[in-house]
Amino acid sequence: MAEPVLASPHAESKRPFLTEQRRSRFTAYTFISPFFILFSIFGLYPIFFTFYLSFFKWDALGPMKYVGFKNYDLITSDPTFWISFSNTLIMGLMGTVPQVFLALLLAVLLHSGMTRFKKTFRILYFMPNITSIVAVTLVFSTLFGNNGMINWLLNGIGVESMAFNSGWWGVKIAISTMVMWRWTGYNAILFLSGLQSIPMDLYESARIDGANRRQQLFSITLPLLKPFIIFVTLQSTIGALQLFTEPYVFLGQSGTGSTRQEGITMVTYLYSEAFRNGFFGTAAATAVLLFLVTILFSVLNMLISRSGSRETGGKKA
Amino acid sequence: MSTLRMFRKKPDDLGFFGKLGFYCLLILGALVSIFPFYWMFVVGTNDKGAVFHVPPLLTIGDQFFDNFKRVLEKSDFFQALGNSLFVSSMVTISVVFFCTLAGYAFAKYEFPGKNMLFVFVIATLIVPQQLGVLPTYVIMAKLHWIDSFKALIVPAMVNAFGIFWMRQYISAAVPTELIEAGRIDGGGHFRIFWKIAVPVITPAMATLGILNFMTVWNDFFWPLVVLKNKEHYTIQIALQQLFTTRDGLDYGMIMSATFTATLPLLIVFLLFSRWVIAGLTSGAIKS
Repeated sequence: MAEPVLASPHAESKRPFLTEQRRSRFTAYTFISPFFILFSIFGLYPIFFTFYLSFFKWDALGPMKYVGFKNYDLITSDPTFWISFSNTLIMGLMGTVPQVFLALLLAVLLHSGMTRFKKTFRILYFMPNITSIVAVTLVFSTLFGNNGMINWLLNGIGVESMAFNSGWWGVKIAISTMVMWRWTGYNAILFLSGLQSIPMDLYESARIDGANRRQQLFSITLPLLKPFIIFVTLQSTIGALQLFTEPYVFLGQSGTGSTRQEGITMVTYLYSEAFRNGFFGTAAATAVLLFLVTILFSVLNMLISRSGSRETGGKKA
Repeated sequence: MSTLRMFRKKPDDLGFFGKLGFYCLLILGALVSIFPFYWMFVVGTNDKGAVFHVPPLLTIGDQFFDNFKRVLEKSDFFQALGNSLFVSSMVTISVVFFCTLAGYAFAKYEFPGKNMLFVFVIATLIVPQQLGVLPTYVIMAKLHWIDSFKALIVPAMVNAFGIFWMRQYISAAVPTELIEAGRIDGGGHFRIFWKIAVPVITPAMATLGILNFMTVWNDFFWPLVVLKNKEHYTIQIALQQLFTTRDGLDYGMIMSATFTATLPLLIVFLLFSRWVIAGLTSGAIKS
């Protein structure tokens, strides 16, 4: 006999099913749902499917055939894969390391008490980053031509011409230069915003203690800038591992795309395995290895930066 | 000793020559940054042989329209430009709308799992695009979206960076009291979002829009994978297609096309550079 009491109209009007709290929760879930729906379909599912696919032989059309680790055997015994792997590392190193130092130098210069034209410099340094990589590559392919401007400059200082568009090192130098041109200014701006977040009174008190410019740089600026340095290095490393457009366009003059070995990278290898040769299984295995290398480098990066901070911490103590 | 001390008043004073050196290095960096843009224009306005002229030609010529005429013979340049404009606009409108909605929900609503879901959104930022490319291609094939703009637009309609960026801005810029007042007045949830929040956050929406437009406009890998037919090419693919040796590389033609394709973006950037730079630097600080 308790039900009729509970179901009285009074109780119902006091606690309707759609309370204000429920309604606002429902609204919030609706507002964030587009991301989660799209990411499940075009992000999460493909990632798991790539791992799955790497154990199958498949041309994206016919039936899939389970082959176990054979795809991994196939690519690791393919010399071209290892060339693409070492090319990626070499170009990554050549493009990233000098880039971070140069960016740091430019940012420190821009920050060092000179406020004149700071905004103009920021815009000018940023301009390379807004251009498409295709356009950048086309421009640099003229500068790096056999009779191009870079060789003319080299001859001017008494260095012999280099075959930038076909030599083993030439191609790598040309491609790393494109990467550096595009990203150095961008990273300098990131460093600059990091420098601007350092409170000025730290420098004031250091100056009162008699610290000179060099001491200020090494005991205030660089340690406090460390999160930015880690971020930029990590982002550049990950970007370098995914190098595709520059080698593809730069070496694709014959219309066959980047199958030439001087500049083939892991992603161009992946691309030609899947979309030229129709080997989706080995391409998936390449993607998985690329992912593992990316994780490895990120972890290494973190470890190095952490041990670095322990050292400086030790010195201070 | 005392003269030296008088000359260098403060330990961190650079002095005239130090300052001069600083500015020289800064100007050198700026010149390196903008030279390729100028060079693009030089080659695009001169005849075929100019690119390998010794010593390098550095003056602007008058062949631009002749060069560009050959671009139009070789490719559907304006069609590709229009395609890029269409795809980039569609993606941008959608990204700004959905990311603002999601950012608003993360900033101003309380719901179970909120923090966990937000951490998940941020975590997706580190997943490389290439890892999922093959299955995404297969999905597109199953949907019959290969060689259609849907393949470019739909997967890009909302992204994690945009949600992060809008959440940060909305948390700081939209007072919760204003939203509560609107709710007491009986406004619907979407109505309050649209009438109260959106007008306050238009600058952040504009920044996100410009950044996103540039990213989509400059994308090369994914359009290369899914677009097959010449009439669907985006401008980046069309530019790359001009770069073939079939009848010798015509750099005057290539650069006149590259310059024309770069100019609109360059103008937009110069007009909104303050917002663009602010957007990118605040994106970096997330770490």
